[in-house]
Amino acid sequence: MVSLSVSDRATDTATKPAGAPRLPFRLSPGARAALPLLGLLAVGFLAPLLAILAFSFAPPRSFAVLRAFSLANYAELFSLSNTVWLSFLWSIGFALATVVLLALIAYPIAFGLTFVFGRWSGLVSVLFVFPLFVSENVRLYGWVLFFIKNGVLDGSLKALGFSGGPQVLYTSGMILAGMVYTYLPFMLFPMTLGLAMVPRDLIDAARDLGAGRWQIWREVEVPLAMPGILIGTLLTFVLAIGAVAEAKILGGQSVIVISHDIEIAFTYSQNWPLGSALAVLVTLFIGTLTLLALQRLDLDRLLGRR
Amino acid sequence: MPTTDKPNLPILQLVGVRKTFGDFVAVETLDLDVMEGEFLTIVGPSGSGKTTLLRMLAGMEAPSAGDISLRGVRINEMPPEKRPTCMVFQSLALFPHKSVGENIEFPLKMRGVPAKARKARALELMGVVRLPESYYAKNVMKCSGGERQRVALARALAYDPDVLFFDEPLSAIDYKLKKVLEKELKDLHRETGKTFVYITHSLEEAMVMSDRIGVMRSGRLVQVGTPEEIYAKPVDRFVSEFMGEVNVIAVERAAGVEDWTGVDVPGRFTLAPCQEIADAATAYVVVRPEYLRVLGEGAGADNALEGVIYNEYALGSRIQYQVRVGEKVMLVELSRAQALHAAPGQRVRLGWDARDAIAVRN
Repeated sequence: MVSLSVSDRATDTATKPAGAPRLPFRLSPGARAALPLLGLLAVGFLAPLLAILAFSFAPPRSFAVLRAFSLANYAELFSLSNTVWLSFLWSIGFALATVVLLALIAYPIAFGLTFVFGRWSGLVSVLFVFPLFVSENVRLYGWVLFFIKNGVLDGSLKALGFSGGPQVLYTSGMILAGMVYTYLPFMLFPMTLGLAMVPRDLIDAARDLGAGRWQIWREVEVPLAMPGILIGTLLTFVLAIGAVAEAKILGGQSVIVISHDIEIAFTYSQNWPLGSALAVLVTLFIGTLTLLALQRLDLDRLLGRR
Repeated sequence: MPTTDKPNLPILQLVGVRKTFGDFVAVETLDLDVMEGEFLTIVGPSGSGKTTLLRMLAGMEAPSAGDISLRGVRINEMPPEKRPTCMVFQSLALFPHKSVGENIEFPLKMRGVPAKARKARALELMGVVRLPESYYAKNVMKCSGGERQRVALARALAYDPDVLFFDEPLSAIDYKLKKVLEKELKDLHRETGKTFVYITHSLEEAMVMSDRIGVMRSGRLVQVGTPEEIYAKPVDRFVSEFMGEVNVIAVERAAGVEDWTGVDVPGRFTLAPCQEIADAATAYVVVRPEYLRVLGEGAGADNALEGVIYNEYALGSRIQYQVRVGEKVMLVELSRAQALHAAPGQRVRLGWDARDAIAVRN
């Protein structure tokens, strides 16, 4: 249907004689070119959000969207007896820890990719991208197979006569490790981009002016790579706060994160309005954080326009 | 003048220094003394190895062979932050996230100088490089090209180095401003008494500023001397041509010591005898356009050529003529008062005296 309307428009403009009735407004070529994307965003992004928003005001445990207005879902979420805030804290905690660990792990790799590895950089990058070709769930189940009792690690060690591998599965540490592993590329590549934008000359100049390695890092490298670092941080934080697979698969549901709560509301408890209200709150929280961060972020400089 | 107070000792000495990158020889084995307090310019076309030479002096590259010493102490492995030298980069390498003041204070901050003293010194240096004090808090990226030059210079001076290196910092500046900055740099050299080592591909720039000039060509240091020596006594054809537009005539030895035959123009030429070509079979005669005269009826010169005018250019106070002599085009420069008022196609006789020409080896 979409293709039909597009071809209609094409023939319209081609065959329409001058003086034919015109639209009351004119779109610039850029706006016209953006229309398909706009349509996609409206259907695929805005519409579900609006549906969720509408659902969050429906009476609890009903599907009466837009037929009745109720704040009961929000009231329940904020009631003192509700422990959903615990899930929320877990999610924020995991996300913060993930971001911090990723920053510490990714920086040296990004530095290597930019300044040290030289012609090997391409290969190293591919190695880091490669896991993305396999579905996240499959990779996480791979971890489970590796660490599970009598699994690859435990079983092999036992077969070799040892007492068996460490039982790390279904712990919060394992969840964190899984998240760090999953989101590494999303921190690494923006960070590499940020570091690649630090001119070599400036580092040479800083050295020449008497700066030591640590001073160069603090005074030149980090401030100039900051756009990339911030984007990586933002990206991984947003992804990590919505993460659910790591807690479910590696954590074995020992910890319930916020996205898991939302999923439970929609599936197991069939309480769409409550799940929607929770989703709205989480979206507002992440959205506010993102906007605040983006305000401080100079995208023009990141793209080299200034 | 501080330069004359100092004993004439080398501050930097290069002995047998060579630099290769893989199979590529960037700098061929060379010796060079940089004298205390002098303004030395290394000049050469791009790819001649001058930047590599400078980076070795600054400590950003280690020589593949040979020794670099500073006041007699070998410094081959000394990193740039430990050397009492500072470089003004071609890109200037100003920190875009810092203000003018913060840029200038950078070396002081690295040394742990307190903020107040840093600011006082920065403002003082801004005066030295003629930047208004109001620029202290200005974003360095909002400064013009010339202002950035001054910031970079002030920042290098804040390091208080014994030797300042310049890697073609004026190459991206328009001609008029370049002339101003060249003279300011020369003044600054005199006022500070520091040693300046400057790199450029423009010999004109080198002539204006330098005490001594080193000419480089494909990794070799071809000639080192005062601007006067380089101008008057170039060692070979390359140096002479690098000095600007010149007429170069290939000659072969004829009968006597001073008697030569033209190869690419017809005629017999007299050359002033000189060491360089004492026993050479072939040589080049270099005649500057301003030393070529147009000979009137009955006028004579040591050497003469016949040619046809085919072009005329006004160069401000002077006029340049292109004169075709056989297959060769000769350049003649005359003052406006001597202008020929001749139409293209007119035959002229050109002449020069043996003492006005330079003979260089092949």
